[in-house]
Amino acid sequence: MLETVLFYFFAGAAIISALMLVMRKNPVTCAVSLIITFISFAGLYILLNAHFIAAIQILVYAGAIMVLFLFVIMLLDLKREEDFLSRLKAQKFFGIALAVILLAEVFAAISSINGMFLTRGIYSAENIAEAGGNTKVIGRLLFTDYLLPFEVTSILLIVAIIGAVFLGKKEN
Amino acid sequence: MNRALLIQILKNPWTINVIEIFVVFGMIMFTVAYLSLLERKISARIQYRIGPNRVGPFGLLQPFADGIKFIFKEDIIPNHVNKVFYVLAPAIAIVPALLTFAVVPFGSPTTFFGILDEPVRLQIADLNVGILYIFAIASLGVYGIVLGGWASNNKYSLLGGLRSSAQMISYEISMGLAVMGVLMMAGSLSLADIVKDQERCWYIFPQFLGFLIFVVAAFAETNRLPFDLPEADSELVAGYHTEYSSMKFAMFFMAEYSNMITASAVIVTLYLGGWQGLPVGGWMGLPIVDKLWFMPLAWFCTKVAFLLFVFIWVRWTLPRCRYDQLMKLGWKIFLPLSLLNILITGVLIMMDVY
Amino acid sequence: MITLTHYLVLSGIIFTIGVIGVMVRRSALVIFMCIELMLNSVNLTFIAFSRYLNSLDGQVFVFFVLSVAAAEVVVGLAIIILIFRNKATVNVDEINLMKW
Repeated sequence: MLETVLFYFFAGAAIISALMLVMRKNPVTCAVSLIITFISFAGLYILLNAHFIAAIQILVYAGAIMVLFLFVIMLLDLKREEDFLSRLKAQKFFGIALAVILLAEVFAAISSINGMFLTRGIYSAENIAEAGGNTKVIGRLLFTDYLLPFEVTSILLIVAIIGAVFLGKKEN
Repeated sequence: MNRALLIQILKNPWTINVIEIFVVFGMIMFTVAYLSLLERKISARIQYRIGPNRVGPFGLLQPFADGIKFIFKEDIIPNHVNKVFYVLAPAIAIVPALLTFAVVPFGSPTTFFGILDEPVRLQIADLNVGILYIFAIASLGVYGIVLGGWASNNKYSLLGGLRSSAQMISYEISMGLAVMGVLMMAGSLSLADIVKDQERCWYIFPQFLGFLIFVVAAFAETNRLPFDLPEADSELVAGYHTEYSSMKFAMFFMAEYSNMITASAVIVTLYLGGWQGLPVGGWMGLPIVDKLWFMPLAWFCTKVAFLLFVFIWVRWTLPRCRYDQLMKLGWKIFLPLSLLNILITGVLIMMDVY
Repeated sequence: MITLTHYLVLSGIIFTIGVIGVMVRRSALVIFMCIELMLNSVNLTFIAFSRYLNSLDGQVFVFFVLSVAAAEVVVGLAIIILIFRNKATVNVDEINLMKW
C-alpha cells in the first residue's frame, strides 16, 4: 500500500517537473525542475531496492552535474528564450507529433512483453541481504564480472577532464 | 487509558523513532540559538571585549531577544527579485543541513536502564549507504545559496552564488576522497558500523592526513572563514544574502549554524570515535547498554561542542584567503594528498597493519 | 501492487517528454538537460528490470551510464561555453556554420 502511494507520488512529481523543464522559458527554472525530477527518480530507485544507485543518483546528478549547469547558466547570464521559437513555427507541432508516435511505439513494445521468456537471475532481495547488502554486491560485480568496463570508465573520465581543461583554456 | 497499553505504545520502535526525531530536531534548534550567542561571546573574548551581557544573566537570554527581533522586522521582498526562488532559497538552504543529521549515531544502543526489552539504537536511521547519504544531502545544500544569489538579481549576490557553487564542488571531491580511507578501514558505509569499529582505535590516529583534509574541506563546505568567500562582507557586501532581511535572513543564518553542527557531528563520528569512550578500547566494558547509557551520549555532545568551538575559534583568528588560493588549495594540494591517503591506507591494509 | 509495467510506462512517458524537449526547445543548455532526462528514464528501466528479474547487472549498467553522463556533461558544457564565447548565443538555430 505504502509502496503504491509512494510510487504514484514520485512518478507524479517526476512527470510534472519534467513537463516544467520542457515548458518553462527561464533556464534556471528548467534546471531546478530537472533537479526535482532527479530527486524523485532517486525516490523511485529506493522503492526498487537500489539504495546505492539512489545515493549516487543524488550525489552525481543533483549534487554535481546540475550545480555545473546552474553555474554555466549564471556565468553566461542567459536570458529567457522568448522568441527562440519564432524561426521554425511548424517545428513545435511536428516535434510533438513525432514524440507522440514514439510514445505509442514504446507502449506497444511494453504491452508485447510477456514474462515467459525472461530468465530470472540469482540476486533476489533475500540473497542480496545475505551477501552483505546492495552496495557490497555491486562492488563485487564491478571488480569481477565488469572489471574491464570499470577500468575503461576511469580512462573515459580522465579523457573528459583533459578535454574540459583544454576546451576551457583561453587561447593566447 | 490503562497503563499497560501506554507502555506498549512507548516500547514500539516507531514511537521511539518519532521521539528521537523530535528530540534531535529540538536539540539542533536549541544549539543553533545558543551557538550564535556563543560565537559572539567567544569573538568578544578573542578581541578583548565583553560581548552581549544585557539580556538575562550573562546575556543568556540574548538568542530569544534576537529571535523576537528577527520575527518582528519588516519582511522586505525587493521589486527586482525573482519571487519564487527568492522565497524558496532560505528553505532550500536549511533543509539539507537538518536532513543530514538523520544518519548520525549520537549514542550507543541502549535499553534505558532496562526499561526496554531490546536495545534501541540512538540514531534516527541506520542506512546501509550512510556516508553516501550524507554526501548526497550535503551536496544539495549549495542550491540554497546559489538560487538565493541568483534570485536576488544583484551582482554581488550573483558573484557570491557563483563562488559558492565552484567552491562546494571543488571541496566535495577532496572530502569524498578523504573519507575513502575511513571506509576502507571500516569496510562499511553504515555510520553505526563505523563507530562500532572505532572501539579498537579512533580513526584520527591511522587517518590523520584524511582527518586534516576532511576538517579543512568541512570548513569550505560550511562557508566559514577562512573560506567564507560566498559572503565575504568586505568585497561582496554580504554575498548571497545581501538582499535578504528579517526571518529569511535568519534562516540562512540558521542554515549556516546547523551546517556547522552537522559537520562537527560527522567529523566526530568518522574520526573522533563517535560515542566511543577512550581513544583506544572504547568504554572498557562499562555497562553502557543498560545502566550508563547517558555517558556515551554526553561524551558525543562534548566532542561536538569542542569542534564547534574550533569552528568559531578559527573564524576569529584567521584572515580570509583569496579566491585563487582557495581553488589552488583544493585542486592542487588536497586532491593529490587525499589520493595519497587512499594509497597509503590501501598499502597498510594489504600488509595487515590495521 | 506496482508491477514492472508501471515503471516501464513511467520511463516511456519521461523519455518522450525528453524527446519533445530536444525537438522543441532552441537553447543548447535546455536541450542538453533534456538529453540528461532521457538518459535518466533509461536508467529507470534498467533498475526496474534489475529488480523484477533479480539481477544486478542493470544497476551496474546504471553506474556506467552515470559516469558517462558526468563525462559528457563536463565536455558538453565546456563546448557550450566556447560557443557562447565565439557567437554570444546558445540558440541552436543561430549556430549554423556547419550548414554549408
